[in-house]
Amino acid sequence: MKKILIAEDSPTMRSLIVSTIDALGEYETVEAANGFEALRILPREKVDLIITDINMPDINGLELVSFIRNNENYKETPLFIISTEGSERDREKGLALGANAYLVKPFTPDELQSLIQDYLS
Amino acid sequence: MTDNNSSQALKEFISETEEIIEALNLDLMTLSDAVEAGDADPDLVNGIFRGAHSVKGLAGMFGFDDISQLAHRMENLLDSLRLGKVAFSQGLLDTLFYALEQLTRLINGKSTDELFTFDLTQVFDRIEQVLVGDSGTQEDPLQSLEIGNEILNVLTEYEEHRLLENVKKSRNIHLLKIDFDLSSFDQDLAELTQVLKQQGEVISTLPSAGDIGERIAFQILYGSDLERQGIYDLLERDDLNVTTYGDAASDDADDQGFVLETPEPETQEPVSPLMPQTPAESEGSSLRSISRTVRVDIDKLDLLMNIVGELVLSKGAIATISDRLKTEVNNEASADLIKATRSLERRLEELQKGVMDVRMVPIGQLFEKMTRIVRRVSNEQGKKVDLEIRGAETELDKLIIEDVSDPLMHIIRNAIDHGLEAPVERRAEGKPEKGTILLSAAQKGNHVVIEVRDDGRGIDPEYVRRKAIQKGLVAEDQELSPEEIRELLFMPGFSTRDEVSDLSGRGVGMDVVKNNIAELAGMIGLASDIGQGTVVTLTLPITLAIIKALIVRVGSKTYAIPINSVLETLMLEADDISSIEKCEVIELRRTTVPLLRLDQIFGMQEQQESESSEQRLFVAIVGLAEKKMGFVVDELLGQQDVVIKSLGKALSFVKGIAGAAELGNQKTILVLDVAGLMNEAIRSESALHV
Repeated sequence: MKKILIAEDSPTMRSLIVSTIDALGEYETVEAANGFEALRILPREKVDLIITDINMPDINGLELVSFIRNNENYKETPLFIISTEGSERDREKGLALGANAYLVKPFTPDELQSLIQDYLS
Repeated sequence: MTDNNSSQALKEFISETEEIIEALNLDLMTLSDAVEAGDADPDLVNGIFRGAHSVKGLAGMFGFDDISQLAHRMENLLDSLRLGKVAFSQGLLDTLFYALEQLTRLINGKSTDELFTFDLTQVFDRIEQVLVGDSGTQEDPLQSLEIGNEILNVLTEYEEHRLLENVKKSRNIHLLKIDFDLSSFDQDLAELTQVLKQQGEVISTLPSAGDIGERIAFQILYGSDLERQGIYDLLERDDLNVTTYGDAASDDADDQGFVLETPEPETQEPVSPLMPQTPAESEGSSLRSISRTVRVDIDKLDLLMNIVGELVLSKGAIATISDRLKTEVNNEASADLIKATRSLERRLEELQKGVMDVRMVPIGQLFEKMTRIVRRVSNEQGKKVDLEIRGAETELDKLIIEDVSDPLMHIIRNAIDHGLEAPVERRAEGKPEKGTILLSAAQKGNHVVIEVRDDGRGIDPEYVRRKAIQKGLVAEDQELSPEEIRELLFMPGFSTRDEVSDLSGRGVGMDVVKNNIAELAGMIGLASDIGQGTVVTLTLPITLAIIKALIVRVGSKTYAIPINSVLETLMLEADDISSIEKCEVIELRRTTVPLLRLDQIFGMQEQQESESSEQRLFVAIVGLAEKKMGFVVDELLGQQDVVIKSLGKALSFVKGIAGAAELGNQKTILVLDVAGLMNEAIRSESALHV
């Protein structure tokens, strides 16, 4: 089963994303409550897709994208940024750094599901 | 998403947003103080911005457009603030507080009705007005700084702004490269950041690319007045590498940022990346989660508590059987059974305490909500109020905290509305313009005492008396003792019409407050000095549900008295009782304690007369707050754990009974409401004088 890492500091948002993914019934999920936790999980688990929030308390989502894209082991791993519409510049930066998609909250479960299917199936 | 899921999700939404809002409120208070002192912490503003941002994102997912819109506008305002586009002002802070209150209203509304909403034009307009001051200055991009794009590209707009602010302050901009053990990098980084913050600002923390093996490297973008050497001295780490931008002496030509092989500190054993990890390492360190809390629905805890309650009862039954076996059979097995029962008892006590502990939350959460009320009411009334909080760490059952919040709010409103004087009046009396309300909590035995103390005008007994005469509550020529005056304040119907309008339509009399507290098996007290202020004291049990009780017999009935209100038990001869103004009293270590005959209260007088004249009497001395009273009973049957079950709404009119409890042997008995009985007795005493 393919595995999806979700880095998001809001527990409600995280469980919404997880339940959206669970509804597909095809993927396993790993949750990180912040960027540090994501960094901890990455070397331990083989992850097939990463979904990260942009505003997290320790390192921001952009930094996580940059880290992942500059790392031999994960540079090919698909990565989506999720953010509340906010700074257009942050969005451009995220995509420039190599995020595969930039989802703006509120998004529908369908949007997220079809994106996941596009990259994983 | 199914309906069930979505109602669960809604619950999570409400609880998370409530938490965020509470934190926001606290941060705003801190910010407000910081602005007054002249310096606002950028981290704080950013934290508040992130809070509003999270609420917006969450609300959007649930389709709550009103919440989302409001949070969005707050976020805009905060964004302008953190990016330095608008300046701090009292008006701005007031607007933020106001907006936060409306947000709270919306979220509270949604918790009972998803469709709840109200007109937000006013709050939108206020935010708009503050934003008009927006100078709209565009920041000069960071071209002049020779910071590699690899770094600039990962900074959010806000971090860029902070970087610029640091440059504007002529601070040195450093890039610190340092690596940490993977198992503890979060704590290590937090400690390091703490040290750095004392001398400057940590603008961003970036993980360095490279294989994560046993160690992970970070780069920290740091603005500080310190020179490069100063940072080495500050951190005293061998594995530190500092690049200072625009500094030729910098020993690292690699301005581009990433990938830096830092030497392992000498003390560290070099670890081969190929070396297999020991299981202890991977289990003990790497999988450890950083957040150490779980959110639990209070209903689940109630269920657990009930199960523990049932267990306690079963244990009671086993104890009785094993005691019986011991007396009837008295063999080795029966002795062993007694031992095993004792051990079960101890473990159960621990379990019970554990479950109880989980329900305990610091009362500080509630006190924080009160800061909002104080701020709003004092603004409405044009009064200046300093709210001092003590004992915020005192813990109380979550449900009790919930149930006490409304009464406490009314007491505090009263203190500001009626207690504290207007600034002009205070000055004239030689008091500081700012009134003080001291909100404190302390644990006393099995109770928590909450005190609301103001330094206002106090309660004028003459005014109360006149008002009571007007209302027809007392006769015109009647003398009233200070206690009777106090009792008047708690009488239904004492709150007058004009007071209702004073409270902007939220007129709730102290009688309602008193009843609410009584429902929690608590007690309310009030003391006041003219010109000095008023103290309202709430005495509450720490937890409900399972209690130790003194089981007593009155006539043919058995009752339970919660042991936390029993001070001592006495055996009396009829001669020990004397009578003052038709009230039976006893002397107890030179104080006079009034007696209450439970058989009379519960209408069992006839039996009493026929059998008890020669008998000795037993008295349970009960006390709550400063009041003491003796309950006269026929027999003391012993102590026992009981699980209180509510009598339900249908029987809520029954006075003097707090609920029903099951004894181990399937017998149900009534639990006395000590506070209620005492109040009733005190009231009927004063009634005698009327």
